[in-house]
Amino acid sequence: MKYLTTVLISLFFTTLSFAQNNTEVEMADLMRSNGKIYVVVAVIATIFIGLMIYLIRIDRKVQKLEE
Amino acid sequence: MKIKWWKILGVALVLYSIIAGLLLPVPKLNILNETVRNLYFHVTMWFSMIVLMLLSMIYSIRYLSGFNKLLDLKAETLASTGLFIATLGLTTGMVWAQFTWGTFWVNDPKLNGAAVTMLIYLAYFILRNSIENEDSKARVSAIYNILAFVMMIVFIGILPRMTDSLHPGNGGNPGFSNYDLDSNMRIVFYPAVLGWILISTWISDLRYRIKVLETNKENN
Repeated sequence: MKYLTTVLISLFFTTLSFAQNNTEVEMADLMRSNGKIYVVVAVIATIFIGLMIYLIRIDRKVQKLEE
Repeated sequence: MKIKWWKILGVALVLYSIIAGLLLPVPKLNILNETVRNLYFHVTMWFSMIVLMLLSMIYSIRYLSGFNKLLDLKAETLASTGLFIATLGLTTGMVWAQFTWGTFWVNDPKLNGAAVTMLIYLAYFILRNSIENEDSKARVSAIYNILAFVMMIVFIGILPRMTDSLHPGNGGNPGFSNYDLDSNMRIVFYPAVLGWILISTWISDLRYRIKVLETNKENN
C-alpha cells in the first residue's frame, strides 16, 4: 500500500513536470481535452467518406457503361 | 460490379490519416504549432503528383515503343490529374506559408521550382492542343512528357537542395525528420502518402475510362 502511494505521488509529480515543460509551446491541448476536436474529425471524416462514396458510384456507373 | 481492392485501400488509408492525423500527438514546436499536421495533407499532394507524373512518363515511353493510342491517352490523363493535384498542393502550401512564414509566397527555390514545374506541364497541354495531326501530336507530346518529368525532378528535387531554402527538406534544412522527434508522425504520414497516391490514381483511372467511352461513342 505504501509502495503504491509512493508510485502514485511520483507519477503525479512526473505529469506535473511534463505539464510545465509543455507550456512553452502553445498547442491546442485544451481543445483536445475538452473533446470538441472529435467534432471536427467527425465532420472532415463525413465529408471525405461522402466524396469517396460519390467516387465509387461514378466508378460503378462507368463500369456499367463499359459493358 | 466490383470496386478494385486498391481503391478501397486508398480510401481506408486516407480516412485513417484524417482521424489519426488530427488526434495523435505531434511534436510541440514554436511557430508551427498545430500546423505541423499539414504535413499529412499538403506534402502528400506533392508525393501523389510526382507518382502520377512518373506513371505518365512511363506510359509515354510505352506509347513510343508501339504507338498504341490508348497509352498516349493514359499518359495525358495522368498528367492532367497530376497537375490538378499539384494545384491543390500549391494552394495548401500558400495557406500554410501565410500563417507560418507570414506571406503567401516567398522567392524560395522550392516554391518557384514547383511553380515552374506546373508551367512546364501546362506547356505540355498547350503543345498537345496546338498540333492538328493526331499521330504527330501523340509522338511529340510523348517526347515532351519525358523531358517534362526530368525537368520536374531537376526543379523540385535537385535545385532546391543545392541552395538554402525556407522550405523544409532543402539546403541545410534536413527533411521533416527534424520535426519527427518521436516517430509519431511517420505512422500517419507514410499511410497518408500511399492513400493519396492510390486515390489520385483512381481519379485518373476514372477519367481515362470516361475518355475511352467518349472516343468509342464518337467512332460508332
